[in-house]
Amino acid sequence: MTYDLLVNGKKYVVDVDGDIPLLWVLRDTIGLTGTKFGCGIAMCGACTVQVDGVPVRSCVVPVAEAAAKPITTIEAIGETAEGARVQKAWLDIDVVQCGYCQSGQIMSATAFLAANPSPTDEDIDAVMAGNICRCGTYPRIRAAIKLAAAGR
Amino acid sequence: MIKRIFAIPLVAVLAATGIVAGMGSLQSNAETSDGGALKSVSDFEAIADTSARSKAIFEEASRVMTHPRCINCHPATRSPTQGEDMHPHVPLMNASESSLGPAGLVCSTCHGAENRPVVGSRMKSIPGNSHWSLAPASMAWQGLTVGEICRQVKDTSRNGNRSLADLIRHMGEDHLVGWAWHPGEGRSAPPGSQETFAALIDAWVSTGAECPD
Ligand code: FES
Ligand code: FES
Repeated sequence: MTYDLLVNGKKYVVDVDGDIPLLWVLRDTIGLTGTKFGCGIAMCGACTVQVDGVPVRSCVVPVAEAAAKPITTIEAIGETAEGARVQKAWLDIDVVQCGYCQSGQIMSATAFLAANPSPTDEDIDAVMAGNICRCGTYPRIRAAIKLAAAGR
Repeated sequence: MIKRIFAIPLVAVLAATGIVAGMGSLQSNAETSDGGALKSVSDFEAIADTSARSKAIFEEASRVMTHPRCINCHPATRSPTQGEDMHPHVPLMNASESSLGPAGLVCSTCHGAENRPVVGSRMKSIPGNSHWSLAPASMAWQGLTVGEICRQVKDTSRNGNRSLADLIRHMGEDHLVGWAWHPGEGRSAPPGSQETFAALIDAWVSTGAECPD
């Protein structure tokens, strides 16, 4: 079946089964490989993208559910005001270690800051607990989110 | 497909280290799907005393309310539990004011309008319903006795201002309540059905809505 996907402001017509996770359509069909596969069971956050501005785990969202809704991936998040601030803060603090989890971290952090522009440490921990980092960059993620919030 | 197969070894370390705690708790999710029968209203006819009958009917209905599918989202704190063993939800979730999770990690980040199958994992599916949310703090059930749950359920200051008639309707028709009997592969259902459960609540109300001690 064909689905119209609106990814990063661009329309894609994809011919895939409706129950295939959005992640694989983004990566394999469309070729946007910035979104990563970590666990495939909504446990790690590596595959986070935004659908209608809400962060979702693309490894468990059937593509049919995301069709016709605006989807934003790591490739275009820097075009939003929060995304640009988050990316700059990430570079300033040098958050990234291996980088594997980081597109998911940035997608979650951006949605979080858009909804909560002045988060406390507790607010940050409550949300970012959902994104696992094997390299343990959590303290730098927290610092970068605070920097991005301060740079409004 | 080929790309996907190659992707798996690349992330094996991430899976093996970062989420090992979560995976451990998944093992307890190897479960049954049949919750067994719920006694029907007629099974209580032998109890002559109306008050005693009402209490006994609520006791039976409470087998549903205290089942993990229901009580996992009526936690004592503002964080849900999960699984048959009611371990803390992974990832750690906070209800926040909305009961829908904090912006950035809302329930719908993972839970959709319907159960979502998961391929190739010990976790067979991600549960979902369009009303997926945590019960309000006033409706916390974990740690309460059946009598305490009963008194809370009929207390309009704590039950969302529901009348007894509203309760019968809620238990019998609400589709998030009904989800418990359709919890998705890999998860047990509470005993009976939504219909038999609602019939018990109806009979409990018509016998005076008495609460066990
Ligand atoms: S790959 Fe989707 S949450 Fe881990
Ligand atoms: S930077 Fe390596 S997993 Fe997070």
